[in-house]
Amino acid sequence: MSERDDKQHGTPMLDQLEDGPWPSFVSGIKRLRDDHPSDRVSGMANDLLGQLEHSYETRKGYWKGGTVSVYGYGGGIIPRFSEVGDMFPESREFHTLRVQPPAGNHYTTDALRQLADSWEKHGSGLVTFHGQTGNIMFIGATTESTQHFFDEINDYGFDLGGAGPCVRTAMSCVGSARCEMSCSNEHKIHRSLVNNFTDDVHRPALPYKFKFKVSGCPNDCMNSIERADFAVIGTWRDDMKVNQDEVKEYVGRKGRKHVIDNIITRCPTNALSLKDDDTLEVDNRNCVRCMHCLNVMPAALSPGDDKGVSILIGGKRTLKIGDMFGTVIVPFLRLETEEDYERLVEIAEETIDFFAENALEHERTGEMIERIGLVNFLEGIGVDVDPNMIAHPRESSYVRTDSWDEEAAKWFERRAEGDQQATAGGAS
Amino acid sequence: MSETAKKPKKQMRPAIESGCPDGLQYMHPVMVRNFGQWVNHTHPRPGVLCHIAESGEAIWTVRAGTQRILDVFTLRKLCDIGDEFADGHVRFTIRSNIEYMVDAESKVEPLINALTEAGFMVGGTQNSVAMIAHTQGWLHCDIPGTDASGVVKAMMDELHEEFTSAEMPNRVHITTSCCQINCGGQGDIAINVQHTKPPKINHDLVANVCERPSVVARCPVAAIRPAMVNGKPSLEVDEKKCICCGACYPPCPPMQINDPEHSKLAIWVGGNHSNARSKPSFQKLVAAGIPNNPPRWPEATAIVKRILRCYKEDARDWERMNDWIDRIGWPRFFEITELPFTRFHIDNWRGSRKSLNSSSYIRF
Repeated sequence: MSERDDKQHGTPMLDQLEDGPWPSFVSGIKRLRDDHPSDRVSGMANDLLGQLEHSYETRKGYWKGGTVSVYGYGGGIIPRFSEVGDMFPESREFHTLRVQPPAGNHYTTDALRQLADSWEKHGSGLVTFHGQTGNIMFIGATTESTQHFFDEINDYGFDLGGAGPCVRTAMSCVGSARCEMSCSNEHKIHRSLVNNFTDDVHRPALPYKFKFKVSGCPNDCMNSIERADFAVIGTWRDDMKVNQDEVKEYVGRKGRKHVIDNIITRCPTNALSLKDDDTLEVDNRNCVRCMHCLNVMPAALSPGDDKGVSILIGGKRTLKIGDMFGTVIVPFLRLETEEDYERLVEIAEETIDFFAENALEHERTGEMIERIGLVNFLEGIGVDVDPNMIAHPRESSYVRTDSWDEEAAKWFERRAEGDQQATAGGAS
Repeated sequence: MSETAKKPKKQMRPAIESGCPDGLQYMHPVMVRNFGQWVNHTHPRPGVLCHIAESGEAIWTVRAGTQRILDVFTLRKLCDIGDEFADGHVRFTIRSNIEYMVDAESKVEPLINALTEAGFMVGGTQNSVAMIAHTQGWLHCDIPGTDASGVVKAMMDELHEEFTSAEMPNRVHITTSCCQINCGGQGDIAINVQHTKPPKINHDLVANVCERPSVVARCPVAAIRPAMVNGKPSLEVDEKKCICCGACYPPCPPMQINDPEHSKLAIWVGGNHSNARSKPSFQKLVAAGIPNNPPRWPEATAIVKRILRCYKEDARDWERMNDWIDRIGWPRFFEITELPFTRFHIDNWRGSRKSLNSSSYIRF
């Protein structure tokens, strides 16, 4: 029996997670314990398994937070100190470094090997692609080794993400890289936004977290409406493209009943109709870009050419006042020129500035808006009201309307300006 | 002043604040060449997607589930497969699946075989049960009521056939969360910790560890107030008001909310982030009081499987969980899943009237 075997903690409960067909994380941690050449890595894995088994037996967690960062930063690391470190000393400090992945989560195997080599040298050898925050999670570093690991990966192009009350690591879908539904350059939006706020990512000084997520179309694969303070979703303004030959082929293959049951009647605004010659009629003015019919018939239907994004603000989960969806503040923003991208970043800057100044401690953007009302927020960031921002107008009669005439005049002025821009071909 | 005191401190390396790296440098060349120019996709088999670009070029994607918590050996194994059987370019989905992209259909089968031989499952595309989104749990979190990786491993062992086939009415996203912060997020089915007893306070520690006003402010129902206990400044909880949400525990660890017996699991259904067919929806409570039972959580898995079976049998093509329940109604959902409907299903939080039936629409 080797010295390693002598020191091994028994793991009767965790052992039961090595059975079954799905890949087992327990077997992975055991490989580090049993097969890794470094005694440091092996010892850490052994004590980590010991503590986890202890959690399984007692049904309690044993990690505590603290304060750890790297030189010049205030965040990006989730500190973990064990409460049962005397029993499991080699994993006593087991911090996670949150590292921002490349936009779209693309890697070469060389890049992954480089990260694996650095991590094995300095950390536990356990890593997750990716955490729910969108970060690469390097799980298990000591306070001392965080700096060395960071220095090494920072030299070849990786940087820490957000942790704490700050701008968080952003997320974007695969989008333009591979998906025909994409209506935007998610990569560029993602990096233009979050890399404009590196200071706010690395030095937590906001009332609470602030998340950007970018989805290339309303399928919203990044869950941005439900999970992001600032959701950017690709969309289009002109007519969707219909390849009628492909429609006919689909109807011929699947049958009219299938098409009526699965496409025509599923349209949320009744904007589709199947014509007698098996072609599709689309009421584009009433299409809300829900994506369902495009998802079912991707060969026949595709987004239009006049593409841009919608921006929704304020999504978050339960704590403190309840779940919130993001809601529309910009129905459409074209993103073609550098000036267009600057406008997008400017809206984000205005939003974060207003949030920083007006939110209460530990209050998310959506909760702040719930407290002060959407109109006050819009005035704060300099965005005009728009009927696309609401599901329906106010039902409560408790409102003062003293300045109705002035507000109505503003609406007609904006309409007139919009019409002028539209005729000049410059509407945005 | 002595010479040693004057000696400059070792210069720390200043960080390069490079932020989010450019993904294009790592992207498969076919994807770079056809960036933003894709026109169609097909689903040749579960776990495989073929995307076609305007140029006529195509890229095949093979998706495999992972254990999410990867050791470097497993990560290198995945890289080896990528080098030998794919083109050396990979990406990860937000549900921690690895995707290999290849430029020829002939590379797909050998790649799938290599992944399967190495113990990974190919699937998770389109109308399958996708990999369960989850968080850290007992392995790393400071406030977890349960484990995450273990729950997911145990459930995927039972659900893997729905991952490797694509026979559900539409895709099914399952999530797990170890507290009400719900890092796992909204899901067609969400398995979340639900505490059932107020926090147990260690009054000896509160004054030193907790910033009491911010703990008081954190409570959604104003049930926490400052108090002197045994001559020490501490906090007390009005246990009649307490909703056992655990919001006070992260800012004040001496207010222990996790309990081996009374921290239960609850199951929620119908969360859907997509705008397709209807606006995004939040998940709704359907079952609670489920034991937190490591190492394999059989009670929770049994309910998940039951809900999945009913959905698979009864939902129409393209209906997500929420679409299905919207069509058949909640009474029928509880009837066919044989889950009890209780007083706890009726919301009493602010705005809850909107969740009541204010019509005569009743299915008989």
